[in-house]
Amino acid sequence: MSLFKVMDVAGSAMSAQTLRLNTTASNIANANSVSSSADATYRARQPVFAAAFDRAQQDQQAVGVKVLGIVESDQPLVREYNPGHPQADADGYIFKPNVNVMEEMANMISASRSYQTSVQVAEVAKTMLTKTLTLGQ
Amino acid sequence: MAINFDNAFGIHQYTLGLREQRAEVLSSNIANADTPHYKARDLDFASALERAKNRQGFAMSGTHERHLVASTQLGGDLQYRTPWQPDTGDGNTVDVHGERSRYIENAMEYEASMRFLNGKIKGLTSAIKGE
Repeated sequence: MSLFKVMDVAGSAMSAQTLRLNTTASNIANANSVSSSADATYRARQPVFAAAFDRAQQDQQAVGVKVLGIVESDQPLVREYNPGHPQADADGYIFKPNVNVMEEMANMISASRSYQTSVQVAEVAKTMLTKTLTLGQ
Repeated sequence: MAINFDNAFGIHQYTLGLREQRAEVLSSNIANADTPHYKARDLDFASALERAKNRQGFAMSGTHERHLVASTQLGGDLQYRTPWQPDTGDGNTVDVHGERSRYIENAMEYEASMRFLNGKIKGLTSAIKGE
């Protein structure tokens, strides 16, 4: 039954979007985590999605989503002069993460909408399957 | 007069399978709505149905345990969708709203086929029982 594969595909999309929500949550949570050196500062993280094509199977119909990895943003960090801060370095500077909270909020909404769509897809597939099981009754 | 299931069920026995496959393709499109470089695909329904109808006598039967299973998988009916809007920069051509409505439409058509089949089965049952 290929309708079960629809469930798999929707499930892979849901787990990918959950991971995206996770990274967004940690980005927003750490938006104000300052530190005293550039290396120790938090950088915004984003997952990289890819279509899960199976090379062995030609003309594949069900294609799920896989997460290739999580990349850290290479946007410049915010360096702020704040000598009174307990974490200021020798020159009186602190480093703030390169998280753009507005972008992350938009990302969060997009991820949650995509998740909802996948849930709907799985629900419709479930209805189709249930109808099939009662065929001829 | 013999009851012939092939004649009784008509075209609906083939459309059901194709609708299932189309649901698979459309759900893949929706799942990959955020995947860079993914190209939306769809089933060419008319040609796939033609193929499914013509292949009815071509199933290979295995008479030995070492015979290979000949699959009647549809091939070549999957085509890439022409995007409505210019590329936004990530090479993805999925229009989620369009795919969603097509997915729901496909599910409705599946149910329609299912109801036709149900009607045919009910008719056959009452013919068999002689009610």
